Amino acid sequence: MSLPALELRQINKWFGPVHANRDVSFRVDRGTIHGIIGENGAGKSTLMSIVYGYYQADGGTILVNDKPCPIETPEDAIDAGIGMVHQHFMLVDTFTVLENVILGVEGGPVLRSGMAAARKELDRLERDYALQVDIDSMVGDLPVGLRQRVEILKALYRGAEILILDEPTGVLTPQEADHLFRILANLKEQGKTVILITHKLREIMAITDNVTVMRQGAVVANVPTADTTREKLAELMVGRSVLLRVEKKPVTPGEVVLSVRGLKVTDGAGVHRVKDVSFDVRAGEIVGIAGVSGNGQSELLEALAGMRPISGGEIVYKGKSIAASGKIGSPRDLRRIGMAHVPEDRHRAGLVLSFSANECTILGYHDDVAYNGGLFLDNKAMVRECARQEEAYDVRPQNPMLSASGFSGGNQQKLVLAREMERDPDLLLVGQPTRGVDIGAIEFIHRRLIEMRDAGKAVLLVSVELDEIMSLSDRIIVMFDGGIVGEVDQVGAEEATIGLMMAGERVAA
Amino acid sequence: MADAFLYVLLILDATFRVATPLVLAALAGMFSERSGVIDIGLEGKMLGSAFAAAACASVTGSAWAGLLVGVAAAIALSMLHGFACITHRGNQVVSGMAINIVVAGLAPTLGFAWFHQGGQTPPLSGDARFASLTLPFADATADWPIIGPLYSELISGHNIIVYMAAAAVPIAAWILFRTRFGLRIRAVGENPHAVDTAGISVVAIRYRALIVTGILCGIAGSYLSIAHGAGFARDMTAGKGYLALAALVFGKWKPVPTLFACLLFAFTDALQARLQGADIPGIGVIPVQFIQALPYILTVLLLAGFVGRAIPPKAIGQPYVKER
Repeated sequence: MSLPALELRQINKWFGPVHANRDVSFRVDRGTIHGIIGENGAGKSTLMSIVYGYYQADGGTILVNDKPCPIETPEDAIDAGIGMVHQHFMLVDTFTVLENVILGVEGGPVLRSGMAAARKELDRLERDYALQVDIDSMVGDLPVGLRQRVEILKALYRGAEILILDEPTGVLTPQEADHLFRILANLKEQGKTVILITHKLREIMAITDNVTVMRQGAVVANVPTADTTREKLAELMVGRSVLLRVEKKPVTPGEVVLSVRGLKVTDGAGVHRVKDVSFDVRAGEIVGIAGVSGNGQSELLEALAGMRPISGGEIVYKGKSIAASGKIGSPRDLRRIGMAHVPEDRHRAGLVLSFSANECTILGYHDDVAYNGGLFLDNKAMVRECARQEEAYDVRPQNPMLSASGFSGGNQQKLVLAREMERDPDLLLVGQPTRGVDIGAIEFIHRRLIEMRDAGKAVLLVSVELDEIMSLSDRIIVMFDGGIVGEVDQVGAEEATIGLMMAGERVAA
Repeated sequence: MADAFLYVLLILDATFRVATPLVLAALAGMFSERSGVIDIGLEGKMLGSAFAAAACASVTGSAWAGLLVGVAAAIALSMLHGFACITHRGNQVVSGMAINIVVAGLAPTLGFAWFHQGGQTPPLSGDARFASLTLPFADATADWPIIGPLYSELISGHNIIVYMAAAAVPIAAWILFRTRFGLRIRAVGENPHAVDTAGISVVAIRYRALIVTGILCGIAGSYLSIAHGAGFARDMTAGKGYLALAALVFGKWKPVPTLFACLLFAFTDALQARLQGADIPGIGVIPVQFIQALPYILTVLLLAGFVGRAIPPKAIGQPYVKER
């Protein structure tokens, strides 16, 4: 039996009326990677913020190395050897890596001597844990993967023996995520304890030794990873059995709805984001666009939705050209002719967070007669329609008056999907439909998209989640560096082939 | 030739005198804003300390006692600003403006009640003011060509606060960029969450930054009434607090560029004082109002486009709230 590095006993936490953590107890063995999995809002992050002293528990005991350890501030946690890499990085962009690392442990009132010592120590840490990063570069200039490395260095520099990572792969490319896992494995080898918070089953199965499953603030299971399966974990998380693979009928594509020919998009800085892209989307099929984030998919989607000017090529919708020689219809024109768009970033383009749900329901359709009575908006009609959509899409809480920011990510996404899909569009453009959405909602959203396809609608899906693309699409187009690398039929598509194409290699598929 | 040289020296000499309160106030603003707290209340804090310093100096007859009380007054106003903006997360611009308005009314009112001289303090003389200092060898070297007048006219012969302002720039830069305190101030103005998770109190750092702001602002205000001037007069800051804030933005929240911005503003001010009523060859006499407006026109022009993009501290103006 190995020694416990961290043990929690009966931790409780309330946020007003919300019971965020209820009687949470479990232990983490020293020198292991321990996963904590649960849906969004299951209380994982809250729990770890308590362990890190960012919040105070309303009851319960924390034991570090078998000794009760009252942690009231992050300082206490640091002293107890606990480090944390937050989901949103806690870094100062205008500081160098070195300055970020020593912030809070400067080693004296004047920086000079402390900085020299820190340089030496960082050198050692970088070597011991394979965490190479240029410590004199500005953090704001570093790519996301390296910033995360800085966060890990920061924790190690403070002498962390227990390292907590909160959703660390949410912002990483698959390659960067793999690199992170190698780093974590290395940390474990050197005797550190790693706690990994995630809602991705794949990560739990890939690197953890033990896993704790949380649901609605409570621990529902505590098992060695080797003794469980993805399906079992998913069921525990959601509280009912979940279909991880979407079931769908064979495809019966109809006529071409959207035809893109030689499309070029140039951004404000003059960089060519989309280079000579051509493809068709037919009625009754889902075409998925795969690619590592930042290879032109977002710009392509925005151009098709009328949110971004095009610099060349042609877009034909149902036999009529809607964009040629740089001019494309406005999003409003496009909506009128039966296109709908679920933007990739619901906060930036899908919702107005400070608006109530019913106001968000009419965004983009606010001039519709259904919502207008003479001079003023017809509030009753708005609320009625919103309540109907909330019910149909199982939005929780079912409250048309609640502001959009008051819903969880998954429910916000459902609000946007409901608004766009309830218009019964002939073509649905949808970007990252399940980003930051929990498993139960993912299943629901996927089913809805399949239903649209089965109803004979055309769907263009852009997603960086390869699993999602593979399970939903009938055809998969892979983009790299603004161009199309290749196209694969879903039947017989292999993840490895698509992975290679995402890295820019032309593979005969 | 010698006349022209002396003329330039006199303008530069005046530049230093005008620049002193600007430099001190701009550095005061730098500490506050670098920590993430907008300080539009520089004007009010200067005016308040000018009044407190003059009132104290006229009662005690000691300039040093005046300076002490002036600084104390500015710190008190600074803490008021902190209480509203840091502790109670109020709007920083509103709080700053409130301080400006309160002091503009309160100082003359108190002055009237205490001294019965129409809101002014009694004229100060002797030890109640900071006198000009003659630096060593100034008299001996006065006759040397070029260097002599440069040293004895320009460098020597200012009151002590002018030299304090000159020393404040490198000291402030050192504190901000070479010390733990400075590192934490800069961090808390860019990303307070990073500071909080590093185990440091955001609130404590911001309050400490505001104390430094109060000290510097207090010296700036005291300079106006008991060093440069000889007593407090209603509205004697005349927008210098706002000008200092403009210099801070112009200097991109960095000590040395801010110093030069202050010197530039002071130079145009010294120049306009000289140009008033002067007959300029080819142009004639320019209306006084136009010349007096020059420093402000320059400010607007510079801020409107010449300096390029000034990127403020990222967290400026946002009260710190732990996110859920």
